[in-house]
Amino acid sequence: MLWIAWKMLTGNRVKYLGIVFGVMFAALLIAQQSSIFCGIMSLTVGQIRDVEGPDIWVMDRNVEFIDDIKPLADTDLFRVKSVPGVEWAVRFYKGTSRARMEKGDFHQMILLGIDDATLIGAPQGLFMGELSELRKPDAVVMDDAGYKMIWPGEPYQLGRVFEMNDRRALLVGLTKASRTFQSFPIIYTRYSQAVLYAPLERKVLSFVLAQPQAGLAAESVCQRITQQTGLQALTREQFMRKTIYHFLAKTGVPVNFGITVLLGFIVGTAIAGQTFYLFTVENIRQFGALKAMGTSNWTILLMVLSQALQVGVVGYGLGVGLAAFFGWSTRGLTKLAFFMPWQVLALTAIAVVLIVLLASLLSIRRVLVVDPAIVFRG
Amino acid sequence: MTPQHAPSDQSQRTLPLVEDVAVRVRGVTKDFGAGGSLTKALRGVDLDVPYGEMLILAGPSGCGKTTLVSIVAGTLEPTAGEALVLGKDLGSMSNSQKVQFRRDNVGFVFQSYNLLPALTAAENAAVPLLIAGWRRRQAVEVASDVLDRLGLGDRLARLPSELSGGQQQRVAIARAIVHKPRLLVCDEPTSALDAQNGRITMELIAQIAVQPDRAVIVVTHDSRVYSFADRIATMEDGRIEAVEVGLHRGSVQKDRQCS
Repeated sequence: MLWIAWKMLTGNRVKYLGIVFGVMFAALLIAQQSSIFCGIMSLTVGQIRDVEGPDIWVMDRNVEFIDDIKPLADTDLFRVKSVPGVEWAVRFYKGTSRARMEKGDFHQMILLGIDDATLIGAPQGLFMGELSELRKPDAVVMDDAGYKMIWPGEPYQLGRVFEMNDRRALLVGLTKASRTFQSFPIIYTRYSQAVLYAPLERKVLSFVLAQPQAGLAAESVCQRITQQTGLQALTREQFMRKTIYHFLAKTGVPVNFGITVLLGFIVGTAIAGQTFYLFTVENIRQFGALKAMGTSNWTILLMVLSQALQVGVVGYGLGVGLAAFFGWSTRGLTKLAFFMPWQVLALTAIAVVLIVLLASLLSIRRVLVVDPAIVFRG
Repeated sequence: MTPQHAPSDQSQRTLPLVEDVAVRVRGVTKDFGAGGSLTKALRGVDLDVPYGEMLILAGPSGCGKTTLVSIVAGTLEPTAGEALVLGKDLGSMSNSQKVQFRRDNVGFVFQSYNLLPALTAAENAAVPLLIAGWRRRQAVEVASDVLDRLGLGDRLARLPSELSGGQQQRVAIARAIVHKPRLLVCDEPTSALDAQNGRITMELIAQIAVQPDRAVIVVTHDSRVYSFADRIATMEDGRIEAVEVGLHRGSVQKDRQCS
């Protein structure tokens, strides 16, 4: 009987495609918007992710996200180093600076100052130049996207010179780096160089990066650091979650995307539901005939649900497929952030299940109450 | 003549009847609505339909023919009265029991054919077997044999939209008898057909559908088909006004064969 249900459904091509379109539209919108949202959220923690090596970030107790810089005292580095369980700790600067380029134009830059001695915090995706070149005076490394923004269409060239805070900056390397929320170029340099590029302030230390001793859990060392120094110490994962949570809770980004996702859900349900109901009404005499011939209500219910499931599967596949294609096709053309983790697929699947259930509810009710005697009326 | 039992692979078999009656209706009434909008569709109907007989229910529109046959088929509850069909008291059955009873014992030929437009002729004819749980291939095979006997052997893979009205009605007849029901209900089987196709349809019903262990009830207001009936019950205003012996009875009995 399920086979009959599917043949009834696909036999009416126009209605079938209409129902599938409704589900596909909803799945596409939900998956695409959720993926863009996830992409934007991943931008917010890109710089945390790029700093490989240290598992612990130490910061002012009031810092809420990676870009929320509340400078520490220089002595805080030594306080963290003295906490039992800390293997090592280094300084890390994060700020912004305005750079004056060769042609006289200005660009806002994200400035990252890594430990002078160990270069911990340096980018791992260097594809031109050597990290050791950072020990040279005035040496900086720039990210690939930033280079293309400042010198669009020009070939990669090391040795370019520009100014930051009236100080010379010499480009010695280029690196791949995660895009940031602000989409500014990223400059890596030594900590001692970075504080010269930065505006003059009494305190400049942004973060202390630390590593727990072997065999110790990073979370427990974080707690010790907090207890002993009063500073906020978070593992890398914790800091990423905290940053994402800040953008979820304190900005309008999730609301905007949530509205679009909700609209996609509602419109998809409306289109699929209306078309599904029309399909059922058009076939009501056939359902009545099946009932007259001895098909039970339970079987009729299974038939309708199987029809709903079928359009759900097809619509879901087309919708997420189109969303994935959208993300893949725009990755080189635009700066659109797009990230489709399995959670987006799962969320979309749940939404599609709800859509087809809601869309089929009216139809289910209609066929369950249809009187088999209807077939005896002309 | 005592009815022959259908093969034991079907459920819900009836007990042997003392009398040779497939349908016995006594004092059946049916009201629709209430109060000021009350409509008495049936007003105390008594009727017997023996096995091996084609009974035509005739009368003008609104006289209660369809209501009566709906009650006999188990798709409508009477307001009062008793309906014994194939030895079973329909009034004492639950809805699920009636559904199963119809599945195993009743075949329908509808006025508008009610074929499933997405299914081929063979698949449509196989529907009662599929409802009964048969495997698709086996059901379609059996249905194809029946269609072949009805002269549609070369139309098995056609959709209803590719068949003429008469061919569609033959598919509907095949569907109605494929599961060897013991009661066949035909509701205005010729109303959508021209005279020639209507006559062919009734000939098929008379030759193939009417069997010694099966009763056939045909609801119609088309007087052209009266000649095929064993008996004709004329209804008026919710009552059976007259029951006449049909012209067909005398000549057909010696031609009818056991299945």
